[in-house]
Order: sequence, then structure tokens, then C-alpha cells
Amino acid sequence: MIFLKLQHRSRGVNDEGSCMNNRIDKTGIKIGMWLFLYSEIILFGGLFVLYAVYFYKYPEFFSEGGKELNRVIGAANTIVLLVSSFTVAASITAIQRKAKKQAIAFLVFSILCGIIFLVNKYFEWGAKIHHDIYPNSETLVSGEPGLNIFFGLYYVITGLHGLHVIVGMTLLSISLILVMAGKVTESSYSMLENSGLYWHLVDLIWIFVFPLFYLVL
Amino acid sequence: MDSQENNHILSYTKLAIILGILLILTGITVAVSYRDLGFFNVPMALAIACTKVTFVLLFFMHLKYEGPIINLSFIGTISFLFIMIGFTFWDVAFR
Amino acid sequence: MIKTESFYDTPSPAGLTGIRAWLLTHDHKRLGLMYMWAILFWFVIAMLCGLLLRTELMSQGKTIMGPELYNSLFTLHGVIMVFLFVIPAIPAIFGNFFLPIQLGTDDVFFPRLNLFSWYLFMFGGLLALISLFSGEGFPDTGWTFYVPFSVEVNTNVSLTVMAAFTLGMSSMLTGLNFITTFHRMRDKQMGLMQIPLFTWSLYATAWVQILATPVISITLVLVVVERLFSVGLFDPDKGGDPILYQHLFWMYSHPAVYIMILPGMGVISEIIPVFSRKSIFGYKAIVWSSMGIAVAGSLVWAHHMYTSGMSDVSVFFFSLLTFLVAIPSAVKVFSWVATMYKGSIEMTPPLLLSLIFIYLFSIGGLTGLVLGAVGPDIHVHDTHFVVSHFHFVMFGGTGFAFFAALHFWWPKMFGIMYDFKKAYIGSILTAIGFLFHYIPMFILGMQGMPRRYYDYLPKYETGNFLAGFGAYLLCIGILIMFANLFMSFRQREPASSNPWGGTTLEWTVPSPPPLHNFVDKPQVMEFPYDFSEIAAQVKRGER
Repeated sequence: MIFLKLQHRSRGVNDEGSCMNNRIDKTGIKIGMWLFLYSEIILFGGLFVLYAVYFYKYPEFFSEGGKELNRVIGAANTIVLLVSSFTVAASITAIQRKAKKQAIAFLVFSILCGIIFLVNKYFEWGAKIHHDIYPNSETLVSGEPGLNIFFGLYYVITGLHGLHVIVGMTLLSISLILVMAGKVTESSYSMLENSGLYWHLVDLIWIFVFPLFYLVL
Repeated sequence: MDSQENNHILSYTKLAIILGILLILTGITVAVSYRDLGFFNVPMALAIACTKVTFVLLFFMHLKYEGPIINLSFIGTISFLFIMIGFTFWDVAFR
Repeated sequence: MIKTESFYDTPSPAGLTGIRAWLLTHDHKRLGLMYMWAILFWFVIAMLCGLLLRTELMSQGKTIMGPELYNSLFTLHGVIMVFLFVIPAIPAIFGNFFLPIQLGTDDVFFPRLNLFSWYLFMFGGLLALISLFSGEGFPDTGWTFYVPFSVEVNTNVSLTVMAAFTLGMSSMLTGLNFITTFHRMRDKQMGLMQIPLFTWSLYATAWVQILATPVISITLVLVVVERLFSVGLFDPDKGGDPILYQHLFWMYSHPAVYIMILPGMGVISEIIPVFSRKSIFGYKAIVWSSMGIAVAGSLVWAHHMYTSGMSDVSVFFFSLLTFLVAIPSAVKVFSWVATMYKGSIEMTPPLLLSLIFIYLFSIGGLTGLVLGAVGPDIHVHDTHFVVSHFHFVMFGGTGFAFFAALHFWWPKMFGIMYDFKKAYIGSILTAIGFLFHYIPMFILGMQGMPRRYYDYLPKYETGNFLAGFGAYLLCIGILIMFANLFMSFRQREPASSNPWGGTTLEWTVPSPPPLHNFVDKPQVMEFPYDFSEIAAQVKRGER
């Protein structure tokens, strides 16, 4: 994970022809993070291509599948992620204001939100699997193709999203440790800022996943 | 390399307002889903989702306060996403 | 004259010795060289695969191998050439080495990420090697891994596909690094319209690397998911559409060919002005056309799919767009030729290779129009016409640009010069072999010989025999070229900091450069291709 140490010294050549260092280019690091986020957007984009095409092809079955997903849990998860996005953004405000304890509290809360989200997902998937609805299950294979596609996309997209939640939580945890250790401060908080960006992306994707799977009714 | 970095701070109040808006929009989209608007259910849900996403991007992700490189490249990325989906429909919609 | 220490003598981070000074380096120049050795290794392997394939095809029926091995071999040839050579070669080797120097700075923005990209590249290659020698053997699906075959067959598809995934990540992170470096680290005096064209081409390429590569990433993940979990997203029995796989695959793989060619064009744009002692014609047009190719190249992917069963509307639509992409490429060819017009031409190996590039790439591009037009494409789709077309652009194009880059920047990277005569012989033999090898394939394709076929009708034998003969000539030519370059290490003829009379910043620093690239502050010129000083030196007899 050596590349995660985003402390980069803006360099260049000064008048004596020797290397300048020790000025961290936060904007550059932020640009690098946004570029990485674009790749993540397109990564999920490929799956949204599939969703769009298959929704066009099987609208009634997507509707039927959507009814079998629990709108309340979906909404709860949406709220959990939205709140966690708020607390992550707030933790950055806290660090900028040198309020270390508040930053820590916000971060811990955000990570807890991530755990809640994953626990909800675990129960959702568990329930579906228990009802014989999972990739290549007897029910899906012998049932309507449109339903199979709906749930296939559901598992793939929420699965990939779940992986990103785990990665996001890891980044936030590292940021938390660095804040506690005093390595992330009001003058140097790129790690926190960029982990936050990643977390917001996870939230963004879910904002679309929620209506596409739970509200197509 | 600029020595004055953009250290724009968003206050807790402002952030909370944004969260409030997002939660309201979530409530609206769930409420709308209980009503049968026929064809318009999906576009409505997507429109609300796009609005929510815009708020997260502009404020939580600070996009409103970023420079042209990030703004333009973000628009470029979304454009490519639209092309990915849109151009595929030249095939799928006319089979 | 104080002799500056070169980057070979000064590792970064400091204090490292031996192999660790390379394997743990942050220095973009060392990374460029590490990529070079790995990529040359893969190139030779893939070339040998090709040679074996063409030997098999030289006569009807079995010549040296059976059909299963043949299928795996053309898959291997494709996978290695595409993912381990043509896509990474110029950006990873010459981009890494020279982009920071051309921008007047001392490294890329994320040096450790750069090192990580190299490790991803090596790991991807390792996965490919493992998939060769384990399990049921290397896939025989073709490098395109079309479903349903790739999902159902029992060869090492998952491993190979994960190798390609890893290599994609490496490519993407390199692009990320270059864009950030381009925007944040260039010399204060260097405005956008003062950046050398090679760096511009890498910038345009980097956007495609970042935006298009994730599409293949998700596509390859889906292949593995389908193999493991049989979801059915591309399986008609389960409601899926196999053509969607093709859409997703080509959504990356078409822009990928622009990742392949744009840096090559950038190399040519550097070389032609130097050996015409004249400023590049149409600098701005080349900049805009590079960005234009990057954008337009993302709009045309389904021209690989005319016969797949997709709608007539999309066939028409994508064909129309495909014709538009030819325009920015033509702008470049015109600019290069216009640069040479009334220039003071000095023939050198880089220039010869660039001229061969222009010729071969143009043929490739023109035959692309034949394929872009739907009518003829129905006839030649999946025939050797296609094979020939893409080898003209990828090999005659990027391949020769790669050779040109090697010969152009060799003295800068190693501080030594090679023998010109042998370089000319190698280049010309390669070009002649190339033509003998690929022109018969155009004809074979038009006569109806399908691609990826192990055996063929008797009427195709002459063409295949000629092509095989050309293959051997081609390989000998390349061998001579490489042997000549490696011999330069023996002969150790020293090269000055500017043996060619170039005007971009890499020619203002010692050969090889010191660790931080520059000895004095970089002198950024108002226009990067101002040859007045060089012309004055020629007049004074200093050159």
C-alpha cells in the first residue's frame, strides 16, 4: 500500500538547477484522486450500461423483481450512507478547524455507518439466498429470464458496491489512525480529504442503485 | 504549484442543510414510488437521484469550489458515460 | 568541464545499492528502463509466437503443430502483443523517461505510484506466464475472449483475464500520473502551447487510459463472475445478450488502439522536425487533432461488430462516425509531410524509421476506411484482410514508431551511439519483410480466407507461403536492428547531449541525464521547435 502515502512534495528545478522539495502540492494530490474516481465511475458505468439495456428489454420483470426487494431496508441503507457522507465531510471541517476530537468522533461514526450498511446487506442477501434467489439458483434458472437478469444485476452491482464500501472503510480507518497520531492536521489533511472523496463516491453509486433496484415498481 | 491552497471550509451548518435536503429528496423519491405514475415513475426516480448526486458532488465533494481541470474532466467523464449507454441503444432499441 | 553524475550513479531514494537501487527506485528514468527490458522480453516472445503461427500456415494441413496449440498460440500472440507490448511500450518506456524532462521538471507527480505501476505490469505478466503452464493450459478463445466460449471453455481463461485486468490497472495509473504531472509540475515558463508534441500525445493518451480502461476491467470481471457463478448476463437461455459483451469489450478495445497509436504519432512529431531542421508544420493542429482522436475514438467501437447481429441503425451510425475519425489522423500525416517540405533533410535511422512509419501507417489507415464502410466489411470481416489492416497500423504504425523512438532516444538514455549502417540494414530488411508478410494477407482476405483458421483451402497456399517467407525476413530484420542496438553497449561510442540537433528540453541535458534531470535551470523556449540556433550551428560548421 506504499502508494497510499499521498504526501507528495511538489518538486521542480530551482535557479541553481537543484531539486526543490518540501512543498506539498495538495491540489495535485486531489487531482490525482479525482482521476482515480473517474475510473471508478466508468467501472460501475459498464454495469449501468447492462442495467439500462436490460431494463429496456424487461421492464415488467424488473418491476416484479423490485417488488421483492425491501424498500424500507433500501431506504435505511440510503439514509445511513447519506449521513455518513455528512459526517465524513464534517470530519474534514473539524480538522480544518483543529478540532481533533470532533474529527475523530465524526470518522468513527462514519465507519460505524459503513458497518451498519454492510450488516444490512448481509441480511438482505441472506434472505434472498434463503428464498433460493441467487445466481444460477433453481428458481432463477427455471423462472423468467427477465427476473434472472434483474437479480443477476442486483448481486453483481451491490456486490461490487459492497467491496467498495469495504475499501472505503479501510481508507477512512487509516485516516482515523493518522488523525489520532497527529499525522493528519489542519495544514496537511490530503489523506483524509481524499479518503472522503472515495467514500462520497461510494455514496453516489448507492444513490443510483437504490431507485434502480428498489423503486422500479 | 500555488502556495495559497484552496482551504475553503464548509461549516457544519451548511453541511447539515445539504444533508437535510438529501434526506428530504430521499423521502420524496420513496413516497413517489408508492404512487403509480405509469411511465413517469422511472424518469422521476432518476431525476431525483441526479439531483441528490449533484448536491453530494457540489458540496460534500467540494466540486463547486474546484478549478477548471477537475470540473471539465468530470463533465468529460459523465459525457463518456452517457455515450457508453446512449450509443449502445442505437443497437438495442432498433433490433 | 565538470562531469555530472548520471542517474545511473545516483539512486533515488539515496543509499540503495545493487538490485535494490532498481527494484525500489522512485526515479522515472530507471522505471522507464525497467519497463524497457520487460517489454522487449515480451515482444520477443510474442514475435516468436507469430513466427510459429505463420510457419504452421505456410503449407496446408499440419505443418508443425496441431489445431488446439494453434488456437492457443494466436490467443497468446494477441494477448501479449496487445496488453504487454503495443499498449504500454511507448508510454511506459519513453513516456516515463522523457515526459518529466520535456516538461522541465525532475520526476512524475506520484513517483511511488509509478513504481507500483511497474510492479502491477510485472505481476500481470507473471499471471500470464502462470496461465501458460498451469491447469488446462492457455486459453484458445482469441485475445477478444468472446462469450459464450470464454465463459464455458475449461482453459485458463480466468487467470489470463485477471492478468489483463492487472495490466489495465498499471496502464490506468500511469495515465493518472502523467495527467497530474502535466498539469502541476511543468516549468513555470512553459505554457500549454509550448509543450512538446510527444508530451501532448501522452496527455491525450492518458485520458483514454483513465476513462476507457475501466470498461475492460469490468468486462473482464464479468467474464470471471460468469465462469464462477453462471449469473447469465450474457447467456440467452437466462435472458442475457451475448452482443452486450461485445459492446463492452470494444468500448475499451477500440479506444485502446488510440492508446497504442497516439504516443507513436507523438514520437514521429518529435523526429521529423529535428531531421528536417525545420519547425513542425501545424503545431496547434497536431495538438487539437491528438485530443480530437482521443475523443472521436471513443465514439466508434461498434464498427468491430457490423456482422454481430446488432441493429441496422447502429451499423449505419457507427460506420458514419468511423469515417470522421480518419480526419484528425490525416491532419497529422499532412503536417509531417508539410514539415519536411523545403526542410534540410538529414537522413538518420530515426528518420528512416519515421518515414517507413508514415508509409505503413497510411496504408493501414486507408484500409481501415475499407473496413469502416459496411458493404466491403461484410465481405472481409474476420478474414485476413482485417489481420493485415491492424498489423499495418499497430506494427507498421506503433511498432515502427517504437523502433524509431529507440533509435532517437538511445543516445540520451545510455550516453552511447549505435552503428548507423547496421541500423539502416535492419530497418529496411524489416520493412521489406513486413510488406512481403502482410500484403499477401490483404489479398488472401479479399479472396475469402478467414482469420484464426488453422487450415485452409488449396487456393490460399501461395499467399500463405509468401507471407511466411516475409515473416522470416521480418524477424531477421528486427534481430539485426536489436543486435545493432545492443552492440552499442560493447562499442561504447559516446554520445553528446545533443547529437541530433533537437530543440526540446531533453537535448539540453547530459546524455545520460543526472538524477534530477537538469544541471542548470531549464531554458524554456517561446516555441519548442525553433531551429534557428541549430541552423546557426550548422552554418558555423559545429554540426
